[in-house]
Amino acid sequence: MKTLLRPALSLFVLLSLITGLAYPFLVTGLAKTAFPEKASGSLIVKDGKTVGSRLIGQNFSDPKYFWGRPSATGPMPYNAAASGGSNQGPLNPALVDAVKGRIEALKAADPDNTRPIPADLVTASASGLDPHISPAAAAYQAGRIARLRGIEPAALDALVAQHTEGRQWSIFGEPRVSVLELNLALDAYR
Amino acid sequence: MNSHAWELLVLYLTVLLLTVKPMGIYLAMVMEGEFAFVRKTERPLYRLCGIRAEEEMGWLKYTFAILLFNALGVLAVYALQRLQAWLPLNPQGMTNVSPDSAFNTAVSFASNTNWQGYGGESTMSYLTQMLALTVQNFLSAATGIVVVIALIRGFARHTAASIGNAWVDLTRITLYVLLPISIVYAVFLVGQGSIQNFDAYKDVTTMEVTKYDTPKLDAAGQLVKNEKGVVVTEPTEAKTQTLAMGPVASQEAIKMLGTNGGGFFNANSAHPFENPTPLSNFVQMLSISLIPGALCFTFGRMVGDTRQGWAVLAAMTILFIGLAIAAMAFEQQANPLLTQLGVDPALGNMEGKEARFGIAESGLFATITTSASCGAVIAMHDSFMPLGGLIPLIGMHLGEVVFGGVGTGLYGMLVFAILAVFISGLMIGRTPEYLGKKIETYEMKMTSIAILVTPLLVLVGTAIAVIAADGRAGIANPGAHGFSEILYAFSSAANNNGSAFAGLSANTPFYNTLLGLAMWFGRFGVIVPVLAIAGSLAAKKRLAVTEGTLPTHSPLFVVLLVGIVLLVGLLNYVPALALGPVIEQLMLFAAH
Amino acid sequence: MTRKTFTLFDPELAVPAVTDAFRKLSPAVQWRNPVMFVVYIGSILTSVLWIQALGGQGEARVVENPGFILAIALWLWFTVLFANFAEALAEGRSKAQAASLRGLKKETLAKKLHEPHLESKWQMVPATDLRKGDVVLIAAHEFIPADGEVIEGVASVDESAITGESAPVIRESGGDFSSVTGGTRVLSDWIIVRVTVNPGETFVDRMIAMVENAKRQKTPNEIALTILLVALTIVFLAVTVTLLPYSMFSVDVAGAGTPVSITVLIALLVCLIPTTIAGLLSAIGVAGMSRMMQANVIATSGRAVEAAGDVDVLLLDKTGTITLGNRQASAFLPADGVTEAELADAAQLASLADETPEGRSIVVLAKQRFKLRERDIHALDAHFVHFTAQMRMSGVNLGERQIRKGAAEAIKAFVEAEGGSFHKSVSGKVDDVARRGSTPLVVAESSQGKVRVLGVIELKDIVKGGIKERFAELRQMGIKTVMVTGDNRVTAAAIAAEAGVDDFLAEATPEAKLKLIRQYQSEGRLVAMTGDGTNDAPALAQADVAVAMNTGTQAAKEAGNMVDLDSNPTKLIEVVETGKQMLMTRGSLTTFSIANDIAKYFAIIPAAFVSTYPQLSALNVMGLASPSSAILSAVIFNALIIVFLIPLALKGVKYRPLGAATLLRQNLAIYGLGGIVAPFLGIKLIDVLIAAAGLA
Repeated sequence: MKTLLRPALSLFVLLSLITGLAYPFLVTGLAKTAFPEKASGSLIVKDGKTVGSRLIGQNFSDPKYFWGRPSATGPMPYNAAASGGSNQGPLNPALVDAVKGRIEALKAADPDNTRPIPADLVTASASGLDPHISPAAAAYQAGRIARLRGIEPAALDALVAQHTEGRQWSIFGEPRVSVLELNLALDAYR
Repeated sequence: MNSHAWELLVLYLTVLLLTVKPMGIYLAMVMEGEFAFVRKTERPLYRLCGIRAEEEMGWLKYTFAILLFNALGVLAVYALQRLQAWLPLNPQGMTNVSPDSAFNTAVSFASNTNWQGYGGESTMSYLTQMLALTVQNFLSAATGIVVVIALIRGFARHTAASIGNAWVDLTRITLYVLLPISIVYAVFLVGQGSIQNFDAYKDVTTMEVTKYDTPKLDAAGQLVKNEKGVVVTEPTEAKTQTLAMGPVASQEAIKMLGTNGGGFFNANSAHPFENPTPLSNFVQMLSISLIPGALCFTFGRMVGDTRQGWAVLAAMTILFIGLAIAAMAFEQQANPLLTQLGVDPALGNMEGKEARFGIAESGLFATITTSASCGAVIAMHDSFMPLGGLIPLIGMHLGEVVFGGVGTGLYGMLVFAILAVFISGLMIGRTPEYLGKKIETYEMKMTSIAILVTPLLVLVGTAIAVIAADGRAGIANPGAHGFSEILYAFSSAANNNGSAFAGLSANTPFYNTLLGLAMWFGRFGVIVPVLAIAGSLAAKKRLAVTEGTLPTHSPLFVVLLVGIVLLVGLLNYVPALALGPVIEQLMLFAAH
Repeated sequence: MTRKTFTLFDPELAVPAVTDAFRKLSPAVQWRNPVMFVVYIGSILTSVLWIQALGGQGEARVVENPGFILAIALWLWFTVLFANFAEALAEGRSKAQAASLRGLKKETLAKKLHEPHLESKWQMVPATDLRKGDVVLIAAHEFIPADGEVIEGVASVDESAITGESAPVIRESGGDFSSVTGGTRVLSDWIIVRVTVNPGETFVDRMIAMVENAKRQKTPNEIALTILLVALTIVFLAVTVTLLPYSMFSVDVAGAGTPVSITVLIALLVCLIPTTIAGLLSAIGVAGMSRMMQANVIATSGRAVEAAGDVDVLLLDKTGTITLGNRQASAFLPADGVTEAELADAAQLASLADETPEGRSIVVLAKQRFKLRERDIHALDAHFVHFTAQMRMSGVNLGERQIRKGAAEAIKAFVEAEGGSFHKSVSGKVDDVARRGSTPLVVAESSQGKVRVLGVIELKDIVKGGIKERFAELRQMGIKTVMVTGDNRVTAAAIAAEAGVDDFLAEATPEAKLKLIRQYQSEGRLVAMTGDGTNDAPALAQADVAVAMNTGTQAAKEAGNMVDLDSNPTKLIEVVETGKQMLMTRGSLTTFSIANDIAKYFAIIPAAFVSTYPQLSALNVMGLASPSSAILSAVIFNALIIVFLIPLALKGVKYRPLGAATLLRQNLAIYGLGGIVAPFLGIKLIDVLIAAAGLA
């Protein structure tokens, strides 16, 4: 046992220093050189003010904006300092209630919309920070936005399409619309 | 399952299987010291640490070395958490972690479980994330790999007294395999959008003001309740969003590569900063199974018959395909309760999932992470459909041998193989042997322990938690799902997975202690008997292969191995699963 | 010995086995089988619960009908009894065999000599008083009192009591036929025997102990299997014990039903643990030993029987195993200038006194070919030269004329010593014969200083019919056959090719044999061999499975780990098969037992929790009538399957010489898939019967 102690201790300290300090500092150096903007959070700066991160969703409840995924972070939605999902099980009555409430809010903002409601628009995301919605969820809301903002539907569709990504490399992931960037574009429109 | 899901599955397996051979050869060559540059560069380190590299260890000494090394890890992680408030690299001024949570996290990371009772961005300083957690991500992964290498040596050697030098093995795997891959991998992740900095958290001005209710506090900081005992809330406004920062990519890389799974953030790989794009996600999935898959080839190469490695890999692949298809198909189901409300069933069960990943990647990721001992998540398993949540449970209950954790997956599978050989050997009228080694009383004893430990921990742990008031208090979801949450927690802890039905409030002294114990014994209760088997096998003669020898590389044996894994792995859990996910599914669909 | 054969459930065995089954209910006996001990405890517990419930206590709160508890309790007792019965039946069979052996231990008196020669004074003592080293005289019609070595005299001995072979055998001092077994009878003449064992250690004693104690010593593989079974039992114990809290929790959250009863949990536990294999395990072991006995092979340990299944190299003596014991003269090949008749005449003369089968066959061939009658030996004034190991030839001296026959080299030496020469053409003939796989015997004559080689007698080895196919089977089993012979390489190769063995050891000496075994073992192979002579002893001791011929010497028997009473070298193949059969039976029943659990879950889990979660009835795929009949049916199936499988356990799974993979595929299909399917059918059937009888 005694013969093991010295190698154990010194090897542990040595490997800790290499993997715990040298490694992250090295990666930071490389990252800041190669991808400085991404390494510090893909921040969006508008008029000298940081308004968000391209990768982190924000809460939208104004009918004039596209709404994103419901967020279950606490205490407020889209709390980027405390990510997380709702963790509600499929049989949980609270889940059914929450979805019911979200459907009501959607209907209240757009009473005449009879399209089927896209699931991602009424279910909480895993991170609570999901920056995307499905193209279906964007399409569902497009009528409302066009009406409230007085934009030609075709022009709006084009704007949505600009902020829609297909599957990465045509195979990975799902097609998706970046809500924050789309809403920024909406405000900048005209 | 839609065509995208099929394409994804096929692509994943194709790419993974293509990496097996080159990576397997590299692993074998590093571990056996076949590279001159390895031997040259490691020497000064050994001198520095007082390690006599040429001195091999018997299994008992090897075991003590591993235990000691891991115990140091527990101590270090515990100490860093308890002292972080006074240490540097803490821009958010995180306070010291509570003793029970610190204990849980220390055991969790040292045992490669990486169960997280805490929320990363709201608990840990950057120094703790790096020097405690990232270090253990490397070292616990290295531990798993060296154990399986020692076991492989047990098969490969004959009439030998030793199974290798633990210090040399740990050094080689850490510095020549895990570290270089992690560096490249981390930079790639940043390229996709992962963050890597030491900045303080950033406040950004949001486009919209967020209105929400917060509980009202009195002057003493206590919750104010009305006469009915309901907490009084007051409307609050937030004009900014605080973006958590940190050295994320460097931890993320080894978290996946070492099948650790402990996220920098609470939302783990669902967090856009950890796993920004579908491509980064694909690479993350690949990196979980990269080493476990390759080790099968390493195994075949080291025992001198690569067919043996392919056979084990084939068994894993078959199980994997079954689990993955099931998970993706079950999650593609829409929750009938929501469909009833008018929600379009086309997108499937999106609760707790990210839009960029959708159903197919979420189902596949959940299968991969729980078939391995990873435990990282890109979707909230607690919100899966009942049978969708059953698949991760099954992955863990099988002992995480489907590719599995780094090292742990293969040694778990080899333990099953020993069992399969034992039964099938008898069935053809020979006392059993595997790779020329007779499987006798001692091996069966150790195999039995290795197979017994985790089910006992899971079943008994769950039993304690469902009757104890402290245990029931943590449950988030009503009905049978509450049982599933607790079962999942102990399955995850004892099998060193780390994923969770995260609704369970497990950051309490009760769960921190109980789960901590389950993690420790679930890890070393298997490692010790596995190393004992390694020692005993190494000492044996190697028998010749004849026509009468059961071929352990044949399709038949692969099928048998799959059967044994399913039968021995699952029979223990049938009643528990019936009272959890199975009954939930029946109830969910019974009424509709 | 007349060995009785029993039908499987012969009343003569079954009746005492039933009594024994009850006698084995003692905890001390049950404790030895941990898995069945759990059932035993379960039986006691449910019985107590039933009595409690009758008084309205305990389980009465959760189980409506105490009759259900009684039914479960009874069937659990039956489960234990059935397992006991299986064991008792197997033991009964071997005890019957032992009893017939014990008949050999007659209370005989022996003439103990004071000094080891015929003229010595002697004293009558009971055979049981004889010690190792004592010397006894046995005259005609007397029983041999103990195992020993003949030190003087020759006698014919009736060993039928041991071997079942009615023909008497000759026992004489010196050589390989000097060993005698206690309990056999001298038919004619007398012998003086030095006793080689103490009372209680005789061969018969060991056989009896072996047969009777078969149940007590677990073989290594049996221990390993038991560990696995115990591990499964522990897990399932945890599964069922934890099910109570799970059930309580479920009742709380569902707000319906009652927690599962202890009775149901015990029923579930007993159904899940591998009772089928555990209940039959010791019966399988005993039956394996017993099958060896039936094959007239006595194993000195169960370990040896097990090892027999693993053998991958068989060393087989050529003579007697591969070829008929005797080579036969098949042709006379005269040297140049010698007629065939001349050669035949000389050969016959040289062989007249040669009582070996080869010698006889030469005389017979000469008679057949040239009508040469046997001559009166005494009239010829012949002096016969017997074969010795030094000279390696035999022959006859007729006054001045010397005729010799022997191996080519020996004759060459003889001829050259006499000043003659060994002609090349003869060498050619010798080689031809050898190449054909026959043995050349060269005949030479020396008369009045003139020495000449007369020619060659071809002795042909007759390979046994069907042996080639047998070896092909062995090859399929993965067993390599090696022929061991004293013949030269050329001869050996020819016979090896004809018989279809994989390899051969020519010009074998005991040392070469031992070396060969060691070499195979160092390659990681397990070697089996047969042997009889004292010089075989080292090789026998080295071999992993060593079958000594009963006709062999005491030394050989001591060195081997099995004795073949029939002294039939081909028996080795049967021994291997029996060993394999025993392991296969264990493996197959283990697989069957575990596979059964799937159906049992489907029967019990919905039944146990349907009061809490009615939706679970969707899992009642068998459509069982009611929860209690479902559980009862599973328990009854679990008990009855033991009885159904007793014949299989005793007879053993049939071994077919197929490749390992084919064998595994077949057994997996039968016992794996069968094990999954059978209980679905069985439980459903029992349930239908119970429902029809209105029992539950």
